[in-house]
Amino acid sequence: MKLESKIPKGALDTKWNDYKSNVALVAPNNKRKIDVIIVGTGLAGASAAATLGELGYNVKAFTFHDSPRRAHSIAAQGGINAAKNYQNDGDSIHRLFYDTIKGGDYRSREANVHRLAEVSTQIIDQCVAQGVPFAREYGGLLENRSFGGVQVSRTFYARGQTGQQLLIGAYQALSRQISLGTVTMYNRHEMVDLVVIDGKARGIIARNLLTGKLERFSAHCVVLGTGGYGNVFYLSTNAMSCNVSAAWRSVKKGALMANPCFTQIHPTCIPQSGEYQSKLTLMSESLRNDGRVWVPKSQEDAQAIQKGKKTALDIPDSERDYFLERRYPAFGNLVPRDVASRAAKVECDKGLGVSPTGLAVFLDFSSAIERYGKSEAHSKGMNASKEQIIAMGTKIVEAKYGNLFEMYEKISGENPYVYPMKIYPAVHYTMGGLWVDYNLETNISGLFAMGEANFSDHGANRLGASALMQGLADGYFVLPYTIGTFLSKEISTPTISTNSPEFEQAEKASQERIEGLINVKGNQSVESFHRRLGKIMWDYCGMSRTTEGLKKGRQMIRELRAEFYKDVYVPGQSNDYNPELEKAYRVADFLEMGELMMLDALERNESCGGHFREEYQTPEGEAMRDDENYCFVSAWEWDDQNPILHKEDLIFENVELKTRSYK
Amino acid sequence: MKLTLKVWRQKNNKAAGQFETYNVEANEHMSFLEMMDVLNEQLIDDKKEPVSFEHDCREGICGTCNMVINGQAHGPQKGTTTCQLHMRHFKEGDTITVEPWRATAFPVIKDLVVDRSSFDRIIQAGGYISVNTGQAVDGNAIPIEKDVALKAFDAATCIGCGACVSACPNGSAMLFTSAKVSHLGLLPQGEVEHSRRVINMVAQMDKEGFGMCSNVGACSAECPKEISLENIARMNREYFKAVLTSDVK
Ligand code: SF4
Ligand code: FES
Repeated sequence: MKLESKIPKGALDTKWNDYKSNVALVAPNNKRKIDVIIVGTGLAGASAAATLGELGYNVKAFTFHDSPRRAHSIAAQGGINAAKNYQNDGDSIHRLFYDTIKGGDYRSREANVHRLAEVSTQIIDQCVAQGVPFAREYGGLLENRSFGGVQVSRTFYARGQTGQQLLIGAYQALSRQISLGTVTMYNRHEMVDLVVIDGKARGIIARNLLTGKLERFSAHCVVLGTGGYGNVFYLSTNAMSCNVSAAWRSVKKGALMANPCFTQIHPTCIPQSGEYQSKLTLMSESLRNDGRVWVPKSQEDAQAIQKGKKTALDIPDSERDYFLERRYPAFGNLVPRDVASRAAKVECDKGLGVSPTGLAVFLDFSSAIERYGKSEAHSKGMNASKEQIIAMGTKIVEAKYGNLFEMYEKISGENPYVYPMKIYPAVHYTMGGLWVDYNLETNISGLFAMGEANFSDHGANRLGASALMQGLADGYFVLPYTIGTFLSKEISTPTISTNSPEFEQAEKASQERIEGLINVKGNQSVESFHRRLGKIMWDYCGMSRTTEGLKKGRQMIRELRAEFYKDVYVPGQSNDYNPELEKAYRVADFLEMGELMMLDALERNESCGGHFREEYQTPEGEAMRDDENYCFVSAWEWDDQNPILHKEDLIFENVELKTRSYK
Repeated sequence: MKLTLKVWRQKNNKAAGQFETYNVEANEHMSFLEMMDVLNEQLIDDKKEPVSFEHDCREGICGTCNMVINGQAHGPQKGTTTCQLHMRHFKEGDTITVEPWRATAFPVIKDLVVDRSSFDRIIQAGGYISVNTGQAVDGNAIPIEKDVALKAFDAATCIGCGACVSACPNGSAMLFTSAKVSHLGLLPQGEVEHSRRVINMVAQMDKEGFGMCSNVGACSAECPKEISLENIARMNREYFKAVLTSDVK
């Protein structure tokens, strides 16, 4: 299979504009006759549904939630990047493009990333117009902060709730279209299969989660904005119901899964506290602007802390190792996520961890509190005591990060203004996803993928505050144009009937698959299988990977899958509201996806971004990329025995491939 | 810690519900929902039907989780969703009752799961600013005073969980609706449609069967985002002004 990226000709910085001026359009009278299915109502899905509705298409939008306001985009904390250069600190579209390419360790497409940087500025304008309450300066203008992996302040934010505010903005735009009748919203409907007719995506089978009935929906094309697959690890910062099934069902119908092994482990999460744990909670990366990461220099101190005999406050500054500042003086605590995560793991592996499990490092705000307190005292012309300085500094830190500190305290039971936070890396985001071309179209004609569900913009590592940017870029500003390349050829296609053999067959197969899970009637819960899968993934396909481990992991997953189909127990009926059954069919898909991730990681004999293979590192433990042999996108065609690898070579014409250095 | 749970079980909307009693073994680091997970694992092991409850982010932001715990929406801790409530707030030997939201406009679907789509319809009635994609002016062309932005933000943090309705003896949705009216109305971008928005959202609220507000204040007290009663006062003011001055019917 030849993978055509369909990148338009021309200079990098004019491509997108030229494309927009030349792309085939669909006339308004024809748009009304064209149906578009959008699955998922997170940032990408909701923004696309709203925009396509505004344009006049007949949109059918689907979410498995009870409302389109709940998707996990809502939990993004830190912010959204845009090359506005409001701070006059040297930012530009080119710099955002370059930072993203470099941050992604040169494993993403130049043209896609440049387009992303270009539309980033429009996103901010759009969101402000919708009433998103971004942080403001006293002068009334928009405020920015800096984020990991970059040296400018280009991140727009709404306290620690940026994702929530952006999603609510998109949800409101979507609600407006629902009220105008251009979008029909299907809540509590989960896509369980893709329907392909004559090689084109023409509909979906959705399970009505309230009744358990399968329903058929047709359209001229299908768009997936169904998020990432981080929950394959069981424990992750994803919401409980995030899953890979919509994408995976498409893979089963012939779509290619690209770079599945590129997963992001986020450095600042609240560490696991016990076996019963159901998910992990992120502490925003923005905290690294003011928090300093450290562990004790000596193992004795670390052990004393682990056993509860000492606290962080008992360790004098001279006995602390601020390891990020030591190893990466240029970026310090603001190195990209993959680098920060690995560095924390290295320290914990040396026995220097600071929680009872030994798997945590400190994130300390005492220096920031003191610094802010002093500057406040200075600006007020006060001769302040130490206590006053700390009190004033604490106030300022509270204004910046109050809700995050509160959340930390609720979960951990410790006061982070006094005791430094304990953090540890956790799975957070998946850069891999469905393979798409420049039009965001998969290799199945008429099937599009946006946001985290596709692979295209973040390479092997995503920079902070870029997920929100990509979700909204795709939904508001990219897909509404690129979808025209397909739909302009469909204007004379009548409404697709749901009575065709293809629909019939897809519905029947889904019914059998779902019934099959109930009929196993084994003895182990779905949750227990998911937990075991997660452990295998984390141990062998987590922060560092080896040839042996990956081979072993793949084998273990295959065995686990066989056991699952022999011994899983799913209570209740298929034609009823049944959350356990929902979990079961999602885990079934994770069991295959996990295997593909192992295989992809095994095939990629290099270390890049979030993919760290122990065999490929420098003597100082930094990642060693192999541009000679691995400068490509791996796009996998599923086969139960031997998945087939297709390659799309990545061509860099505008940036020079360099070893990523943050020293 | 050993706990006794009295959990509301109801097969579907038509069936009558009742409390069932269960014993669970939890520990203080668990979240309330993780304790419920333990109960469900136990039920599944015994081949019984697990308790249906809704949840997703488990970070207090998506607004999906909803339990009335010992008579309080989202339980005893102030400003906290069910998913963020931890077991350290309970003690060994406690008996805990767990019920779904109680409100006419939120019919029970099963066990602890209720239908809150009435909230979506209130937003659809006007909880937005009418601006199509691509029509916006530069973000900094609309300066907004920091304090105004903060006030709008405070109202905008509502997660749409519905605890306010459940807590209210009248089942009123005033806090939820007024939070949206305030969020958008306080901002210059939202001013143009303000009168129309208030009138239409209030009309939808009544149509959905939410009760009247009699200034009890339980909504704000049990709201996990501590949305202020000020918003209700603001909406009342604006509503009367709008009714008197606007042509919107
Ligand atoms: S106002 Fe408070 S209680 Fe009511 S829906 Fe919003 S967040 Fe929930
Ligand atoms: S599960 Fe999201 S707020 Fe509780």
